[in-house]
Amino acid sequence: MTSLTRRLLWTGVGAAALAAVVAGGAIAQAPAVKIGLLATLEGPFAAGGQDGMRGAELAVKERGGVVAGRKIEIIKASSDAKPDVAVNATRKLVEQDKVDIMVGPLSGSEGIAVKDYSKTQPGITFINGSSGAQATTLQDPSPNFFRFNTEGAQWMVGLGDYAYKTKNYKKMALIAEDYAFPYSQVQGFMTEYCKAGGHVTHKAWVPLGSKDYSSVIAKLPRDVDALLVVLGGADAVNFLTQYEQAGGNKPMVGGSITVDQTVLNFKGKRRESLLGTPSAGPMADSYDGADWKKFVASYKESFKDGFPSPSLFAYVYYINMKATLDGLDAVKGDLSGGQAKYREALKNLKLKTPTGEITLDENRQAIGTTFVTEVAKAADGGFYNKVVKVVPGVNQRLGMSKAEFEKVGLGSRGVPSCP
Amino acid sequence: MSLFWRWFWGLVVGVPAAAFVVWGLADNPKLFLTTGMNGLTLAALYFLVASGFTLVFGLMRNVNLAHGSLYLLGAYVGYVVGDRTGSWLMAVAAGFASAALFGLVLQVAVFRFMHGEDLRQTLVTIGLSIMMADILLWIFGGEIYQFDPPRAIYGRTLLPIVEVYPTYRLVLLAMSAAIGVLLWWFLNRTRVGMMIRAGVDDRAMLSAAGVNVQFVFAITFAIGAGLAGFAGVVGGTALSIAPGEDTRYQLASLVVVIVGGMGSVVGAAIGAILIGVAEQFGLAYAPTYSVVFTFVIMALVLAFRPQGILGRRA
Amino acid sequence: MSAADWRKAMNAGAGRYAWAGGAAGRRAAARPAAQPSSRGEEAIAGGAAAWARWIARRVRARHLLVLLAVLVYPWVATPFFTFQIGAQALALGLIALSLTFLAGYGGMVSLAQMTVAGIAGYMYAIFATSGTDISLRWPWGLAVVLALVIATICATLIGWFSVRTEGIYTIMITLAIGVAFYYLAQQNYSLFNGFQGFQSVMTPAVAGVELRAPIPFYYLALFWSLAGYFFVSYLLRAPFGVALQGIRDNPRRMSALGFNVTAHRVAAYAVAGVLAAIGGILMVWYNGLVSPGSVGTGWLINILIIAVLGGMRHPIGAFVGAIVFVLLQNFAVDLVGRERFNLLIGGVFLVIVLFSPDGVLGWWTQARQYLRTQLNRGPAAAPTQRRGQ
Repeated sequence: MTSLTRRLLWTGVGAAALAAVVAGGAIAQAPAVKIGLLATLEGPFAAGGQDGMRGAELAVKERGGVVAGRKIEIIKASSDAKPDVAVNATRKLVEQDKVDIMVGPLSGSEGIAVKDYSKTQPGITFINGSSGAQATTLQDPSPNFFRFNTEGAQWMVGLGDYAYKTKNYKKMALIAEDYAFPYSQVQGFMTEYCKAGGHVTHKAWVPLGSKDYSSVIAKLPRDVDALLVVLGGADAVNFLTQYEQAGGNKPMVGGSITVDQTVLNFKGKRRESLLGTPSAGPMADSYDGADWKKFVASYKESFKDGFPSPSLFAYVYYINMKATLDGLDAVKGDLSGGQAKYREALKNLKLKTPTGEITLDENRQAIGTTFVTEVAKAADGGFYNKVVKVVPGVNQRLGMSKAEFEKVGLGSRGVPSCP
Repeated sequence: MSLFWRWFWGLVVGVPAAAFVVWGLADNPKLFLTTGMNGLTLAALYFLVASGFTLVFGLMRNVNLAHGSLYLLGAYVGYVVGDRTGSWLMAVAAGFASAALFGLVLQVAVFRFMHGEDLRQTLVTIGLSIMMADILLWIFGGEIYQFDPPRAIYGRTLLPIVEVYPTYRLVLLAMSAAIGVLLWWFLNRTRVGMMIRAGVDDRAMLSAAGVNVQFVFAITFAIGAGLAGFAGVVGGTALSIAPGEDTRYQLASLVVVIVGGMGSVVGAAIGAILIGVAEQFGLAYAPTYSVVFTFVIMALVLAFRPQGILGRRA
Repeated sequence: MSAADWRKAMNAGAGRYAWAGGAAGRRAAARPAAQPSSRGEEAIAGGAAAWARWIARRVRARHLLVLLAVLVYPWVATPFFTFQIGAQALALGLIALSLTFLAGYGGMVSLAQMTVAGIAGYMYAIFATSGTDISLRWPWGLAVVLALVIATICATLIGWFSVRTEGIYTIMITLAIGVAFYYLAQQNYSLFNGFQGFQSVMTPAVAGVELRAPIPFYYLALFWSLAGYFFVSYLLRAPFGVALQGIRDNPRRMSALGFNVTAHRVAAYAVAGVLAAIGGILMVWYNGLVSPGSVGTGWLINILIIAVLGGMRHPIGAFVGAIVFVLLQNFAVDLVGRERFNLLIGGVFLVIVLFSPDGVLGWWTQARQYLRTQLNRGPAAAPTQRRGQ
């Protein structure tokens, strides 16, 4: 190499180094905020977990990847709906990858396990993903675990009244899966329904995983006005098929995940029998609020490989991540002092979501809006969920006082009961 | 077992069973008969899946723990074919063919070289089942898929007492019976079937008698796998396909074969009937523990007749 | 070659893999037992001096090195690595050790080892303190003892069911039993609290030391793992273990020799049950919870994967497999994306089974073999080919 080229080379290197230092210095004003994101990406909930991650990413994208002058760094982890796996993944994110804030998990029992873990990490803030078990914030809540989404029981508030008074279903039979989430959904429904005077004369708790409802259907009583069906998407499809084939013709009232998009328009046939089925949940595809429409459009535009409309998981992860970022904004990115200021900000946050405002109660559980919907036919022949009632300010005690609720207890096979 | 003990056990099992039947018929005949038919039709499906499993196990001593994955593979491939061509029958054929082909490749390319190493073969099937389950989840996602069979077999039939019954389940029952007869004819009236039966009895002698044992093994594995794929489409039409079905039918095959006896197709039929009926009656009359019911039956069979009802002590 | 060279070759190389009187070369003897039982009995009979000689003969530099490494590990590793990687690997390794003992040396592949561990975990959660109302809140020592006893009884029962038929059948039966327990735990709310399981299970504090803290828990797991490992190693050279291996290789001959084959097998299940139960209690303390998911098909098969991954020829294989498994589980997300973890672990497992049936240990011994041939001069130590390769 000639001396000229060598000098040129060294000048180039020096310039590059200088530029890097300057540029790095400019960017490294404030360190990036690391947020851990946990969802179930394995097993049967995989599709839901993927959509959940999309929802969270949408919230980050809305802020351009920066909050309060700090870059947002998302570190993802996956679980398979088992609580021990979720805790391991969380522990890795918190202790190994050193995240500042943790968002997740997806399913109910995972949520309880992560809440327990959060008590051992008082310096980190944990925000829920989409787990909806009542016990997470009602039993032994953790001071640094925040849930900005309403849970399974809250999602059914308003439906009991609607079923009894508007649809005139005086007697109903229940078919639901035998685990915590349906218990909470049934409690949310029956608390109102029984108070209004309704009777649930038959409860069929189907073991998790069984797809053959023929015997359950055979046992359904003849003298009920409607069926309360709290089954997940795939099982709901099976149930409907088998019910029709067995000659059943009673109208249905669906749980929050029973008459969602996958069931209404799945790769198969449309079901005329579903028209008019009421249901309830934290969101409705067809809600005509301006913010909601904007949210749906933004989802569709950002994720070409996503669902035709954001699913429950996408929405719930979105609001939790939005809360995380809004809180950071409120404290101007200051996570010092064991994140005490940040937690204070979260506690007092009035979160603006596409479906209304959400505040937290004393257990850091969301108080939010529930939509009562009914299945209707759109102009193009497809089915969708039309909003018929909006219930704001739903709290976790379902309108009862603390003492009253504690007497009744959390939902279970026998609670509540009005045969 | 001496005559006395046979009568003793016959009474111990038979009397409560008879009492239950009488009570059920008197209490709610519609429910009882519907449940009975549900049990039989579920048994038909279990038989389809388990017969392939027991064939492979009986002849090649290969506990194929990827059998459930073959079920799912056949179901998904059948779905794709059915979707493209619009014909359910094509889907069924595709399900059978794809699983049979995959099984054939497995036998010829992998298991052939592990002859005699039973444990190793089983471990390979376990690894394969894990991988296949994940690959299928990757390709098809976590959603459920439903088939679109012809209207003629998908409606309802009117029957006495039971009133209305899904036609498809009756069709399923008929199909299983037909397959069962076909299998019986194949095993008992053809040369290859004779070789398979001989191999189940004594593998070494079969080889010594000059038969191309690898050819027989390949055919058997292909048929066993094909049956699983066929059951995948047929069962998927009744109960939809989703991830996790592979484990469910794998376990069902295991229990049916343990109860019915390994290597025996008739045993698989008997085991399937026992398990299917028990499961449905459990679901109808004691739903909470219905699932454990089937395993209790399995435990009882193991305790008193470890080789299964029609099995042979090796 | 000289007699000394011959003896060295037999003991150091080929001797380990030729089982005097055994059948399949592939499932040859445990590595350290070049001449089993006689030395051990000699040691037991000869008192302290004989023990010292026996240890000096057997213990190599690498053994001491490994022991030192595991003892010092928590002081050099981060709390995360100590707790989530180290302690978890040890606890899982202990459960896998029970399977290695049963399968590698007893010839019975039982997929119900995690079930036994889960039963121990559940019993502990029921008797001790947890966040669920069902827990009886008895003293933790009592709870541990009760859990171990109940789990061992269950293991014996499982063994009794499973020994009645041939070897390969055992996999099916134990898998079915394991799944039955999973469904029972999931459906029963009065005892097992169903789908939710037991959360917030209390880990005890001994003499003011909180056992759930990373370093104390690591040493606890290490203590029990070492205890299990040495116990199994000892048992394999004792008459019981030798008889068990004989039964694995040729049950009819052993029966003809007067050994009660069924009793030995059931006893082996019981011993494996104790090991798995200890591992199960460690796991429930590690997780702080126990749920049906902890005893589902996924975990039943994972234990088998761990045992096979490490190699079933030697008890240490279980721990080696556990370390590999835990590392993959935690860091696969950085390799292939956590969603495809199952594909990765299945693929690794398949590769091991197809190309190295003795797992990582098999590769390790092959590598050592290779190095030895390269380093050794002359024809003195030409090792014989391992049979069944």
